Amino acid sequence: MLEVTGQHRECQEQLRKRARDLLASGEIAAFIGYGNGSLPWVPRPIVVRSPEEADRLVWNSFLTLNLANYLPGVLKELEPPRRRGEQVDPSTLPRVGIVATGCWSRNIVIQVQENQVDRSRVHIIGISSRGMISRHSFKQALGGKEALKIVENDHEIEVTLSHGETMVLSRWEYVRPNCKTCIHPGPVVSDETIGPPPGRRLVDERFREIEEVEAKDSQGRWEWFEEAFKDCIRCYACRNACPLCYCPTCFVDDSRPQWVGKSIETPDALTFHILRAYHCAGRCTDCGACESVCPVGIPMRLLTKKLIKEAQMLFDWEPGMSLEEAPLLGSFSPDDPDIAILKGGEKGT
Amino acid sequence: MNWEPKIIAFLCNWCSYAGADLAGVSRLQYPPNIRIIKVPCSGRISPNIILDAFLKGADGVWVSGCHPGDCHYISGNLYARRRLVLFERLMEFVGLEPGRLEFSWISASEGEQFAAKAKEVTERIRVLGPNTRLRKVF
Repeated sequence: MLEVTGQHRECQEQLRKRARDLLASGEIAAFIGYGNGSLPWVPRPIVVRSPEEADRLVWNSFLTLNLANYLPGVLKELEPPRRRGEQVDPSTLPRVGIVATGCWSRNIVIQVQENQVDRSRVHIIGISSRGMISRHSFKQALGGKEALKIVENDHEIEVTLSHGETMVLSRWEYVRPNCKTCIHPGPVVSDETIGPPPGRRLVDERFREIEEVEAKDSQGRWEWFEEAFKDCIRCYACRNACPLCYCPTCFVDDSRPQWVGKSIETPDALTFHILRAYHCAGRCTDCGACESVCPVGIPMRLLTKKLIKEAQMLFDWEPGMSLEEAPLLGSFSPDDPDIAILKGGEKGT
Repeated sequence: MNWEPKIIAFLCNWCSYAGADLAGVSRLQYPPNIRIIKVPCSGRISPNIILDAFLKGADGVWVSGCHPGDCHYISGNLYARRRLVLFERLMEFVGLEPGRLEFSWISASEGEQFAAKAKEVTERIRVLGPNTRLRKVF
């Protein structure tokens, strides 16, 4: 059981009320949010379809999955069946509500840019994120014990463990690194917002994790990469949790040509991670869902973050900031930095 | 037991491949370590293809296309430029030695530049030694 007090409690109440009103008025046919899961610290994404169900929605610091991931699927599912080639006026199709923080809303922007989502069919309720808690470090703090009850207030998390033990954790200490260095906690697009405006973040240290790796030499970076990624079991949880991964056939499932071997041998696992990260180049918003769902704790977010850093340095690019932009790799400029000149060790990295 | 670098060169049909052809008909000498694969455009080169070459034992990969602005398909090499610069940075971040991946723009009239580049790439990869990091041993 998870209880919240303070700011998140207010957000939760307003969220339930707004979702209820929107569903009752028929403006939306479904609302994508979070509900309680089977463990108190692992809430699960839910789709609410009736006003009575709106009270299942929750808002707290444990929402590590990116809800934008479910949006194209839910939109599609609500479309009535149609004949092949039959044109449908999108304004007649059912709309969907969704709650979005900064990164989730940026992922919705990207889905709109890439024609996966029709903006007019989505009602976005924006809430500024206060940073979400890392599942991995929280699990470590539990030390293998079972959390029976969690009470979250603005800065502390009180956990009741089995055998009546309790512990109090400082919330910020357990917030994920990508949230601590987030540049945009508030929603980029929204139809309405609830809760307080975004607070302070450690934006100066945005790429510190990346710089630590860059400081190593080539051999050192390779050793780091091999060591950190070789345990991958190829479960593809990172792919499935990612709102950018909507290809009908993923490159890992291709067999002719087979781009990546299917085994968990190190070269195959490493190739998978290089390509997975690269497919997110210019699109990843550093929401951290991939890393949160990884069962073996692989830091795959660092690869996409490196690409965020390079895209920012080379092209002054931040993904998902405006509905009008064309995707980074789907466009070009004659003034782009020239790769044939930038090669070798002459670059900043 | 004499190791020679094996370099896969992806050359675009309209400029760099013709440049290699010119180097040939001009009887310019360049190292025979280059295996040329003709592609329609440098924009055809997906990172999948480059990684595949490394996995299957290439010691170096060289992608060459038309000079920016001269693309037969108007903009293919401009897309490629954005895509490949990010890919190269990612590859170096994960520990691929700088220099294993080479990019250049060579036009159909630049046979000499082609031969010079081929020498330069081969010599650089000879110094780096065999590719062991991303290679999948069968």
